[in-house]
Amino acid sequence: MSIAKPKISRPNLPRNSQGLTRRDYEGGMSTLCAGCGHDSITAAIVQACFELSLPPQSVAKLSGIGCSSKTTAYFVSGAHGFNSVHGRMPAIAAGASAANRTLHYIGVSGDGDSLSIGLGQLGHAIRRNVDMLYLLENNGVYGLTKGQFSASAELGSQSKKGEKNDHEPIDPVLLALSIGATFVARSFSGDKEQLVPLLKAGLMHRGFALIDILSPCVTFNDHEGSTKSYAYVREHLHTPVAADYIETRGEIKVDYGPGEAVTVDMHDGHQVVLKKLDHDYDPTDRARALGYVQEHIARGEHVTGLIYLGEGRRNFHERHQTPQQPLNSLPYEMLCPGSDRLGSIIKRYR
Amino acid sequence: MREVNRPVAGVNDFVVKFANVNGTGSASANGLIMKTVFRMGVPVVGKNFFPSNIQGLPTWYEIRVTGEGWSARSGRVDVMVAMNSETYVRDLKEVSPGGYLLHDSSWAHPVLLSREDVTVMGVPLSELCAENFEGARARILMKNIMYAGVMAALFELDLEVMRSLLTESYARKPALVDANMKAIQLGYDYAKANFQTPLPMRVEPLQRTAGHFVMDGNTAAALGCLYAGATVGAWYPITPSTSLMDAFKSFCMKHRVDPETGQRNFLIVQAEDELAAIGAVIGAAWNGARSFTPTSGPGISLMNEFIGLAYYAEIPTVLFDVQRVGPSTGMPTRTQQCDLLSCAYASHGDTRHVLLFPANPEEAFYLSVQAFDLAERLQTPVFVMLDLDIGMNDWMVPDLQWDDAYRPDRGKVLDAQTIQKIEKFHRYLDVDGDGIPWRTVPGTGEKGAYFTRGSGHNRFGGYTEDSVEYQEVVDRLVRKFKTAAGMVPKAIIKGSGAGAGIVSLGSCDGAVLEALAVLTRQGIKLDYLRVRGFPFGEEVEEFLASHEQLFVVEQNRDAQLKSLLTLETAVEKRKLHSILHYSGLPVTSSFIVEGINRAMSKGEAA
Repeated sequence: MSIAKPKISRPNLPRNSQGLTRRDYEGGMSTLCAGCGHDSITAAIVQACFELSLPPQSVAKLSGIGCSSKTTAYFVSGAHGFNSVHGRMPAIAAGASAANRTLHYIGVSGDGDSLSIGLGQLGHAIRRNVDMLYLLENNGVYGLTKGQFSASAELGSQSKKGEKNDHEPIDPVLLALSIGATFVARSFSGDKEQLVPLLKAGLMHRGFALIDILSPCVTFNDHEGSTKSYAYVREHLHTPVAADYIETRGEIKVDYGPGEAVTVDMHDGHQVVLKKLDHDYDPTDRARALGYVQEHIARGEHVTGLIYLGEGRRNFHERHQTPQQPLNSLPYEMLCPGSDRLGSIIKRYR
Repeated sequence: MREVNRPVAGVNDFVVKFANVNGTGSASANGLIMKTVFRMGVPVVGKNFFPSNIQGLPTWYEIRVTGEGWSARSGRVDVMVAMNSETYVRDLKEVSPGGYLLHDSSWAHPVLLSREDVTVMGVPLSELCAENFEGARARILMKNIMYAGVMAALFELDLEVMRSLLTESYARKPALVDANMKAIQLGYDYAKANFQTPLPMRVEPLQRTAGHFVMDGNTAAALGCLYAGATVGAWYPITPSTSLMDAFKSFCMKHRVDPETGQRNFLIVQAEDELAAIGAVIGAAWNGARSFTPTSGPGISLMNEFIGLAYYAEIPTVLFDVQRVGPSTGMPTRTQQCDLLSCAYASHGDTRHVLLFPANPEEAFYLSVQAFDLAERLQTPVFVMLDLDIGMNDWMVPDLQWDDAYRPDRGKVLDAQTIQKIEKFHRYLDVDGDGIPWRTVPGTGEKGAYFTRGSGHNRFGGYTEDSVEYQEVVDRLVRKFKTAAGMVPKAIIKGSGAGAGIVSLGSCDGAVLEALAVLTRQGIKLDYLRVRGFPFGEEVEEFLASHEQLFVVEQNRDAQLKSLLTLETAVEKRKLHSILHYSGLPVTSSFIVEGINRAMSKGEAA
């Protein structure tokens, strides 16, 4: 059920450059279980949109089916939302982006939606480099159908009933890195300090930004023996770089020591400043990133942070050479060749 | 050459069929012959029967020269050009009594002499090619073009017309024109020297193709998409729909690219599968762009889940189903009208969809434009039901007309300014009583924002699991479907006063019209109703009610149109008699005549 959240405006709430408060970026009341990781992610999205001062109507929220997909109703109520069919949100996103390249597309998906039924669509959205923020709210379990393992569950991870998972997981980060994603991050629903800057960076990225967010399922996958429980994730996080903030060009203040900061230029003059926590790590080196993540998976660790960022690849619209003006607003006169040209077209078929 | 007996066919009225091996360039030769007849002012029908294969399998091309201007197959073969030794036996069998068979006499073919009522003509095409051309590939290609020269002698085709057609085709490679003309001349001269030319069936110039051109229906439909202002197309390649998107792209590259910036005012997504293709179409349509997908039966099967979403969430989408033979992979390069039911009721749950049934490329153009208007007006998926015969065969088409005053009907869309004037926007509220609610496009403003979902929703757009709220919305969708019945193109009705009639649709039309003329000569008078849209309009009900005996002509095994009529109209089942053609080849007029004669003699339908 979607329950409207009462909007109480307090006069002293901080306002962004749109004149809006954080509350203006909220949506309907969540109907997920109390303590669900997904609700923390929703709150982080609200924070990120507020901090970026996005006009609510410039956002479009897209999702598939599942617990995670429900959450598009829980943030930015001033934006259009589309809860589509299971595993097919990337196709909706590609079409929506084709029609209007100027909106900020936030796709919310889960591990069932993205790594099982929708694995093909996720792969092809990456391949097209559709300009969108794609969140994979990853809990290793099917919640709505009561606790089956998902494709991201680690080998040997235990279900609530004590059953051991007998399949190797599909890791969305490794997948995305290996097929050419231009922005790959992993985070944890319980780490808002890390998540909010990542969301902002992903929203500003020119292309497909994947954030795999470990988001424990309090009802079906938060017990001992699970590798996606709050306790396990907290104990096994490994963060080689921290994405500290994004600011417009010229306003960057870095107080890191020499060699600690990596600055990556993004489109529209934005930059991401990454603080290296592991001195050997280079988030712009795809092959290194792949190896690094694999090494840590072998140790049972979840690598989080901005794992890879490459701004070089052409995005969906650049590949298709579309104009800056959205296709959905081109005047008909620009689209129809008219009667005279019809005559000349036909002439070639006589 | 042995003269056997006179053929039934005659001047400007005959069928020549070419039996070829695919991948040998025969399509160019056959197309050249067809186009030559057309340019000589004589109406012509070209039908391609090709295999699902790139090279090496049998393929046929049938050209009907029809001074009277019929547009279907007649069912006869007067001249067979047997260029494929693998199919000699069946090709010889297919020739109508009194007909001719031409073959490559470079090798002996004793089997060809086994029919007394067919005149066999041999031309040593391979030998002539070997003597006159260098290289194995050139010799294969020239062998085909050489029989075009033989045809020119037999049918009195105008060699100058052939030359100008070749000059247009090879504008960038003039050397090819001379090589091709050399082959044509060799064939022509051989036929002149060795046969009594012309044959009794030949082409005499007329003036009956002026104001016409030759185009396949997929190209015409693509042209419709261009003129309708479609900007987003998404598809997955599938025979026989592929050439629709190919044509759309090619038209867009000519007419939608900004000459200064090179920017493209269109975007075509070649999707990873049909599920993604329809998803992208829905995403684009939701976001206010005119979008479409061309596909065929297997694609429709895959799209079913999304089609239900577009129906329930009320998103305007245009689908072209270029029907091919099923079930399953079926015969992908053969034609049928076998997806009527699967499209009318596509997806799970209670769903019914708007279908349009063009009969030929001309209608494919106009109904494509109308499909976008209807989809946006009705906020629902609209299917343009083409088939391989319309889509991939070359048809003689009357010149298309375009009204420059046309503007797309974008339907009930509230823009950013209008939305400010209304108190509150509710996505699924039936404010006008026609079952069609208002919608907004993302980006319109916070007041217009709503949540689109395939799950249960109430008239305000909110999620619901409440029975009353759920039913209110699905009942409105029924009202909307009734509104659609008055908006889809009206059926075409011919004749008046007969007690019996034919009901048909789509590409059956040409064969039905010719059959009606033949039956009239036999003293059988029938009326004719051709449905052009679903849901059926009042005129369909009236025609069904006012005729006691109805022959339903369609191209599928299971009488799908008849099923739709019995399900969706008040017609009494006993009045309907099916005439079903489902061989995979386009229905012939003689098949319909025979079917009706048989039914009438048995008194089956009365």
